[in-house]
Amino acid sequence: MEDNQIKSFVDSVVNYFGHLRDKDVSVGTPFLMKQGEKVGYELSGRIGISGTRTGWVRYTAPRVMLRHWLLSMGETNTSGAYMRDVIGEVANTISGNLRRAFGSKFLISLPEVTEGDSVSPPAGERCYVVPVYWRQYQSAMVIYLH
Amino acid sequence: MMLKLMIVDDSNVIRRKIERLHGNSLFKVVASVGDGAEALAACREHRPDVVTMDITMPNLDGLEATEKLLAIDSELRILIVSALSDRDTALRALECGARGFLCKPFSEEHIKNALEEVIAE
Repeated sequence: MEDNQIKSFVDSVVNYFGHLRDKDVSVGTPFLMKQGEKVGYELSGRIGISGTRTGWVRYTAPRVMLRHWLLSMGETNTSGAYMRDVIGEVANTISGNLRRAFGSKFLISLPEVTEGDSVSPPAGERCYVVPVYWRQYQSAMVIYLH
Repeated sequence: MMLKLMIVDDSNVIRRKIERLHGNSLFKVVASVGDGAEALAACREHRPDVVTMDITMPNLDGLEATEKLLAIDSELRILIVSALSDRDTALRALECGARGFLCKPFSEEHIKNALEEVIAE
């Protein structure tokens, strides 16, 4: 990924979480995840990228954070289905917003939600990670573009 | 008179966010469905006046659904509410007959304003 593409990704993450207008949300310093490194919480929402670029965008967060977050949004249903829904929607929105920079041929899949797996770079590749903090919780947005 | 609103989005969380709009005296939610195919059936049953429509959905996407809904009711006012924020997608949505385009993420104020603009036309 080129510097301006990394910036677009970070901007998209900052825009999403900044939009919440929640003083308890902050976005950490992005970093490069190298071979052998892993990041992952209990639930991950994954969006596949195809078209002009291939790869994926993932948002990974702990269940307790998602439950707390749903309640803070006024949502009374904090079931597993709603936690999966919200994590998929975060990944979907940030990926979709990247089309502003990458164009309409940057195609995104429907969200796929997985449980318990760590996110790591594909063999021989690198990922970029943007830590996201909300209240006492930590989560992360991760992007891999080939 | 309150207008009849149909919400189409594959995210329950987004649908419920729109359903919960505070101080909403303009709309009554008559249907809330998760994809374009369900929207076609709900449109025939509930005859909404206004629709909020996501684009990226299973079965039938929001742009195809917009065209099919307008074939059922050409007076229907459709507001696209999507994460796809590029100019080409917004133009394509308008070409399909949508009256407005709102990017996710959105605030309560944003969607209220966008709906009011769509019905004011």
